[in-house]
Amino acid sequence: MADSLIGQGIRRVEDPVLLTGRGLFVDDVHRPGMLHAHFLRSDFAHGIIGSIDASAARAHPGVVAVYTADDLGDYWAKGPLLVPPPPIEGLVFNEATAGPLARGKVRHVGEPLAMVIAESRYVAEDAAAHIVVDVEPLPAVVDIERSLDPEAPLIHEELGTNLAARVGQSKGDYAAAAGGAHLVVKRRFTYDRGVSGAMENRGIVADWDPVSEKLTVWDTTQAPIPIRNGLARLLGLMESQVRVVAPFIGGGFGPKIMMFYPEEVLVPWIAMKLGRPVKWIEDRQESFFSTTQERGQVHEAELAVDAEGRILGVRDVFIHDTGAYDPYGLTVPINAQCTLLGPYEVPSYESEFTVVFTNKTTVTPVRGAGRQHGVFVMERLLDFAAAELGIDRVEIRRRNYVPAGSFPFNHKVLFQDFADLVYDSGDYLPALDRAVEMIGYEDFVKGGQAAARAEGRHLGMGVVSYVEGTGIGPYEGARVTVEPSGIVRVATGVGTQGQGHFTTFAQLVGDVLGVGVDRIRVTTGDTGEFNWGTGTFASRGIVVAGNACWEAARMVRAKVLALASKRWGVAESELELVDGSVRVAGDPGRSMELGRLAVEANPLRGAVTPGMEPGLEATAYFGPASGATASGVHAMIVEVDPDTAMVEILKYVVVHDCGEVVNPVIVEGQIHGGVAHGIGNAFYEQLVYDDDGQLLNASFMDYLIPTATDVPSIETAHVVTPSPLNPLGVKGVGEAGSIPTGAAFAQAVQDALGSGAPDVCEIPLSPNRLWEIMEVAARSGARPGHAEGGAS
Amino acid sequence: MDPSTEIVRLVVNGQSREVGVPTHFTLLEALRYVLGLTGTKQGCDKGDCGACTVIVDGEPVLACLTPVWEAEGREVTTVEGLAGPEGIHALQDCFDLHGAAQCGFCTPGILCSAAALLAGNPSPTREEIREAIAGNLCRCTGYAKIYDAVEAAALRTGGPQG
Repeated sequence: MADSLIGQGIRRVEDPVLLTGRGLFVDDVHRPGMLHAHFLRSDFAHGIIGSIDASAARAHPGVVAVYTADDLGDYWAKGPLLVPPPPIEGLVFNEATAGPLARGKVRHVGEPLAMVIAESRYVAEDAAAHIVVDVEPLPAVVDIERSLDPEAPLIHEELGTNLAARVGQSKGDYAAAAGGAHLVVKRRFTYDRGVSGAMENRGIVADWDPVSEKLTVWDTTQAPIPIRNGLARLLGLMESQVRVVAPFIGGGFGPKIMMFYPEEVLVPWIAMKLGRPVKWIEDRQESFFSTTQERGQVHEAELAVDAEGRILGVRDVFIHDTGAYDPYGLTVPINAQCTLLGPYEVPSYESEFTVVFTNKTTVTPVRGAGRQHGVFVMERLLDFAAAELGIDRVEIRRRNYVPAGSFPFNHKVLFQDFADLVYDSGDYLPALDRAVEMIGYEDFVKGGQAAARAEGRHLGMGVVSYVEGTGIGPYEGARVTVEPSGIVRVATGVGTQGQGHFTTFAQLVGDVLGVGVDRIRVTTGDTGEFNWGTGTFASRGIVVAGNACWEAARMVRAKVLALASKRWGVAESELELVDGSVRVAGDPGRSMELGRLAVEANPLRGAVTPGMEPGLEATAYFGPASGATASGVHAMIVEVDPDTAMVEILKYVVVHDCGEVVNPVIVEGQIHGGVAHGIGNAFYEQLVYDDDGQLLNASFMDYLIPTATDVPSIETAHVVTPSPLNPLGVKGVGEAGSIPTGAAFAQAVQDALGSGAPDVCEIPLSPNRLWEIMEVAARSGARPGHAEGGAS
Repeated sequence: MDPSTEIVRLVVNGQSREVGVPTHFTLLEALRYVLGLTGTKQGCDKGDCGACTVIVDGEPVLACLTPVWEAEGREVTTVEGLAGPEGIHALQDCFDLHGAAQCGFCTPGILCSAAALLAGNPSPTREEIREAIAGNLCRCTGYAKIYDAVEAAALRTGGPQG
């Protein structure tokens, strides 16, 4: 359809509200008589709690209540294991989840010890300073490679080990493949830990109404429905008594789907107990300690290739840091394990990971969720193999892609959704060709780089590929209603953290019903509006909830056609839905606004025909059997300053396949944001802990995230291979941009350092760290500025 | 009322307002929690993130670091006051047109930084735009579409490029 709403880069319907400061965020919620919560948190990374004396705090003027773990009585319980381990043979998994307030031990800095409720946040924080906590410090486990040392202190004594999990997956015979290989490259790779860095910290407001016996909770969660279901269970309420609203959320990026955070368990409970609304808003510093984090892994990996660079097999043994607890199961390391295979045919694969506990903040998915580690390892191994074989780095990728005709392609390992890692569709060569053309690869390697070097400039290029499993189940739902006013109301359970769902879902529904997006009101993340679903994670909003919205709209359309067909005695095929009306094609006299038809369909007298439902409303669910596989190629040119090790990104190109595109402006924005996040990770984002487990850079002054002067302009292009697993053919895009950035950055920096430079096998590559690497290069005669370097 | 409360006279979005606030309050707290102007956000409360940026006497200012009494008698413009009698500010329209907002949390502060820039420099270069919003962190957009939007707004309001 030429005038289809799908595929149009229309303006976002949420923008008029957000751009004038009228969007409601959790901290904007104010209730009469509202109290404020503050949490006293552990100063120690590891220690035994002797006693907590809160008497002075309780006596502090303006304090209403103080709770420690002992004061919670039967309400104290360990949190749930959110994602159980997948059914993999020989898998070991040791569960350790946290209670809402520390009991007996503290296991990371920032673990909550006490909750203070007061008339103001100022009073609550002042009072918390009067709580006397006696903790006997224990040595902290910080280095993930030392966690399993025999002398390492145990973090969870009851487990008898700091091992959280061990999982092996394999296919083919890697040992045989390596034995017969022309070349085996072997390296050690590290990828360090960072924060999600949403601009809005976490927060929650809970309000219990004793008259209606209903609890309303505003929560910065990516998963309001599971939060509602869990709260109802914890508080002994019916689910219908609890309404959880995730209003506008100021960025999520993964950690806002952790369930439950201690504050989510405690604030609604105390609001009910006290009969007064209670608000808690995380401050930025406590966010660095208490909001979940990600990324710490160490890989020992090897790649076996034949003389032409064809992959014979991969072996990867890695350690994954889960922090103090492991409530999110194995999602992150499984993603790393599976995503390593990338767009390549890998005949044999032997992968084993070990998950360890450390005395650091708990790890759960952050944008990319382990995928970047796998991509980093594979792409770097291919780079090293190409260099040793004297094969062009683009060519080695070209030779190993899964061919276009082989989809669905089964990698025969188990993915995070417990299904085989099957790529539903893809076409990798066109994306690579396009990226190579856009970045100017040929000119660069055939002269541009050398010419720059002759002028004393050290340029390097990175070109990498990746795939991303997106849009996994189990399901989402949506309800579409035509109101008597003609406004179309759409409600779905997923939360929105800036992805533009209000617009894209409206485009999908409007396209089906012939209604402009200005006449469509989308509600996301309000269990009072829709209460079946899971949440926003795994780049699944448009795939799972989007298809549910579209299907519900189609069901409403069918009702419209049936009613109009009966009303006018014409075949449904003669009808069209245009401009908010249904009409007989070519007959302007027989036209009716959908709102009027909705009223007719909900009569006060007469009968609704058996088999028909009243009104113009439908609810639909969508649950894909497995994920839709997005993919892409990132290419970048960097310039490294040989004196300061500062890296400047001169050009950045993304060619991406997320299937059918609903709104290209929104998709481009998702990619841009992901790339910026990836640049931060690749370049300088790093949580630095000392040997005692103290975080040394817990502010945006000390922990850098990209600013406007750091992020280059990003050129994007699309390849479209529709997903056959959903009617719209869409694939997810939320995490895509952040996944291959580290691999591209490392390759580009390595290229700029020139031949003879040490291997770049780590992320982040801050100027400090890069300078150290360059010093090694200088001593070996290959430092930029000192050596005749060609492309590596 | 708390004994440490004082009356401060602010001119907010063109309106003279007298507010009773605790003496330790910041301008951000007075705007958000006393005047109910919640469009201005608190992202770090330390001056690191720029989410609380408002315009005071034409200059972008971090409201979280500004004691409320420092704004006494001065002209304060927040995101709620960017629109003029003829409608929304060109920046607001261009942010929408170019997809420059995603979650919208940092956006009010960025709009204020950009509005202050354009008021003093109607035809900024891209580099000047980057510098002007370098104090505003955004985790969603990667900034590119923000530069585009500010450039477009400048073209619309700034006349011929210098």
